[in-house]
Amino acid sequence: MDSVKRKKLVDHWITYGVVILGWIIVQALGATGHMTNQINGLLVPICMYVILAVSLNLTVGISGELSLGHAGFMCVGAFSGSFFTKLMAESIPSLSVRFAIALVIGALVAAFFGVLIGIPVLRLRGDYLAIVTLAFGEIIKNVMNVIYVGVDNGAIRIAMEKKSNLNLSENGRVIIEGAMGITKTPKASTFTIGVVLVLLTLFIVLNLIHSRTGRAIMAIRDNRIAAESVGVNITKYKLLAFSISASLAGMAGVLYSHNLASLAAEKFNYNMSILILVYVVLGGIGNIRGSIISAVILTLLPELLRGLNNYRMLIYAIVLIIMMILNSAPSAIAARGRLLERFQRKNTKEAA
Amino acid sequence: MSFLSCFISGISLGSIYAIIALGYTMVYGIAKMLNFAHGDIIMVGAFAAYTIVSTLGMPPILGVLAAVAVCTLLGVTVEKVAYKPLRGASSLAVLITAIGVSYLLQNLALLIFSANPKKFQSVVNLPALKLAGGELSISAVTIVTVLTCVVVMVCLTSFINKTKKGQAMLAVSEDRGAATLMGINVNGTIALTFAIGSALAAVAGVLYCSAYDTLNPYIGSMPGIKAFTAAVFGGIGSIPGAFIGGIILGIIEQLAKKYISSQLADAIVFAVLIIVLLVRPTGILGKKIHEKV
Amino acid sequence: MSMLEVNRLSIAFCGLKAVDDFNIKIGKGRLYGLIGPNGAGKTTVFNLLTGVYQPDKGTILLDGANITGKRTIDICQAGIARTFQNIRLFKDLSVLDNVKVGLHNHYKYSTIAGVFRLPGYFKAEKEMDRRAMELLKVFDMEAFFNYKASNLPYGQQRKLEIARALATGPKLLLLDEPAAGMNPNETAELMETIRFVRDTFDMTILLIEHDMKLVSGICEELTVLNFGQVLCQGETSAVLHDPEVVKAYLGE
Repeated sequence: MDSVKRKKLVDHWITYGVVILGWIIVQALGATGHMTNQINGLLVPICMYVILAVSLNLTVGISGELSLGHAGFMCVGAFSGSFFTKLMAESIPSLSVRFAIALVIGALVAAFFGVLIGIPVLRLRGDYLAIVTLAFGEIIKNVMNVIYVGVDNGAIRIAMEKKSNLNLSENGRVIIEGAMGITKTPKASTFTIGVVLVLLTLFIVLNLIHSRTGRAIMAIRDNRIAAESVGVNITKYKLLAFSISASLAGMAGVLYSHNLASLAAEKFNYNMSILILVYVVLGGIGNIRGSIISAVILTLLPELLRGLNNYRMLIYAIVLIIMMILNSAPSAIAARGRLLERFQRKNTKEAA
Repeated sequence: MSFLSCFISGISLGSIYAIIALGYTMVYGIAKMLNFAHGDIIMVGAFAAYTIVSTLGMPPILGVLAAVAVCTLLGVTVEKVAYKPLRGASSLAVLITAIGVSYLLQNLALLIFSANPKKFQSVVNLPALKLAGGELSISAVTIVTVLTCVVVMVCLTSFINKTKKGQAMLAVSEDRGAATLMGINVNGTIALTFAIGSALAAVAGVLYCSAYDTLNPYIGSMPGIKAFTAAVFGGIGSIPGAFIGGIILGIIEQLAKKYISSQLADAIVFAVLIIVLLVRPTGILGKKIHEKV
Repeated sequence: MSMLEVNRLSIAFCGLKAVDDFNIKIGKGRLYGLIGPNGAGKTTVFNLLTGVYQPDKGTILLDGANITGKRTIDICQAGIARTFQNIRLFKDLSVLDNVKVGLHNHYKYSTIAGVFRLPGYFKAEKEMDRRAMELLKVFDMEAFFNYKASNLPYGQQRKLEIARALATGPKLLLLDEPAAGMNPNETAELMETIRFVRDTFDMTILLIEHDMKLVSGICEELTVLNFGQVLCQGETSAVLHDPEVVKAYLGE
């Protein structure tokens, strides 16, 4: 039994190691001047997508619930985090401190929304859950698109539709400006911070999976009725998985919003949620390391294909379809098995 | 009067959603897959009609026929190439493949037609109907759309209930394994479903673009999602459900746009969907699912 | 006092009386059989006892405590564990983890302790591993502890389900057709195991079974259910020779 445990621990460390290795490679390439601006600009988004993919894998792979609204949680995280950073610009002069608190706030607000949405939604199953989470994501996006928030004389004012509805006094300032979102969030995100957050996400998710809570969550996924019969509280654990996943997405949102000069809600539409789901499925459902690798490759791929200009998204789409068929089609899996068998037989023959 | 005209435009929009939703719901019922590329078939249909009518200057009726032909062929081809190999794979794998197909169609259209919006010339060139002394004006596109939807609905219902092929569809959707054992050609039935669904999407695409005059490679995704919502709203897999869901959704959207907020109309539509699903977890006309212990 | 006492338990589905006026009294440590033709309502009785269905009327007393109308997880805590007719394992979890989920409410630590690997985590996990391995040993399955549950052969899966149920520390164990799909050798082995479980854990067991060899071999008392109603109740040999029972089983 100890050897099994040791294997698991080694497996975790390989996952952390992959991330740390990635960081070292990037640092080395940067020091020797091999990094292009284009790649440099992708470093923080890659970290963000890795966090999103790993966190969505917690919902889809570990908890077994198909969610198409992950971008919504990222959206509330990004907005609440950026709002805090801008609001406290004078009270807390240090940007790093503000950013650190913003990350926590983004995660908490997203977790709150995770619970809020999870309570009604998690009663639904399968495709119905998918459409409802998609609907929630779109609602969040739409609402953020029309909301105006400003401050004057120490009071926060919220209004809909128009800036003038805020009725700000002269010394007031607008922080969230409807469809324009939040502009000029100070750039606090760096690749190193991104990597630290990726490691934190992995730490939380991997340790969660291999604990009493994780077992309960996976037991519910595998057989809800049996899990209930041995005394596992279904609602509690489903909600827990969903809200932890949401909070990590919220944190990724804060990382995102502190990397860009402007933050608009339009970006967080269902296509974003679907993109993250693609990473999860291609990396292997429930496979955390796979999520990391596929998020990195699939974020880089369109950029690497940039030379091909207009054809790059087309190629991306074709690669996606072919990979899905090779990975999941029953006939492809059987063919792979036969090939492997032939290869092994050849090896044993040679050995004999 | 403005309420009435708003209501009528809601029915018109709802009819388009209903036509698309019928395709969604049939494919779901029979192939048990969420065909996320369905919305993009709409776009392809609209572009086919655009090419025939605006670029080649042929009569609109040819445009509609071309759209239907292209989409039917496309639907069957996509099913054969991308979805058929995945029969028996996890539903999530099929979903992602459908998303890949959606990306593919969008980017192909982008390459061929570029991202610039095109002005879509309406295929219905008739004067608007004036009622109540000119106070209420109903455009010809609206009337054609609603009529088309009713005709489609009636034809589809009688096709499924009265013909052998239709009965085969019902059988496959009920139990694919048993249908195979009864000698039904399951692959053929699924292909036929895709053909019908795609043909309907083509019709919807032409009507949608006729009503809104504009066309670009991404035009299909929003009506696609809305129609999907309508299908779930009415109970996915149910044909009358898709029809009712589509109409109700269209009306809610137009009323919300007019009386609440044009920017929040989509949010309101989705909120109604969520409320309906919480009260009736399988939609208005959906079957109840019992899990046997 | 009896371990399980059920009075006038009834439930109807859309007017169909699936279980009608069901009474049963099972003494502590007894091995009790519930038999009857297909569709007689046996599994429905189990579902009523474990809170999957709420009864229309009647009371269920477990070891003197009223558990009528409680939720499934509360009934589990109160001390009823069960297996299922169609095996319901956590198929992607390891054999060991399947049993550890059964121990869920016995060795507790918070999610925070689990994520941040606080001392409580190591202590509880060690205890859980020890206890789970003990249970697997009872069923001669300790060698398979790291197998995925779905990769076990059928007979082993049935045994794992019993081990998981025992892990919840029940007072009463409900077995729903434990020998279904087993060959005569496996059935004989299972009979030994059931007896062993009863003796070692001092367990009260109620089982549903169609295999008459198993029923007559290990059950001390029987209740025969037909069309949702109790047809006959008593000592095994007496019940099996009752003309009414013979008629219900073999027809006229």
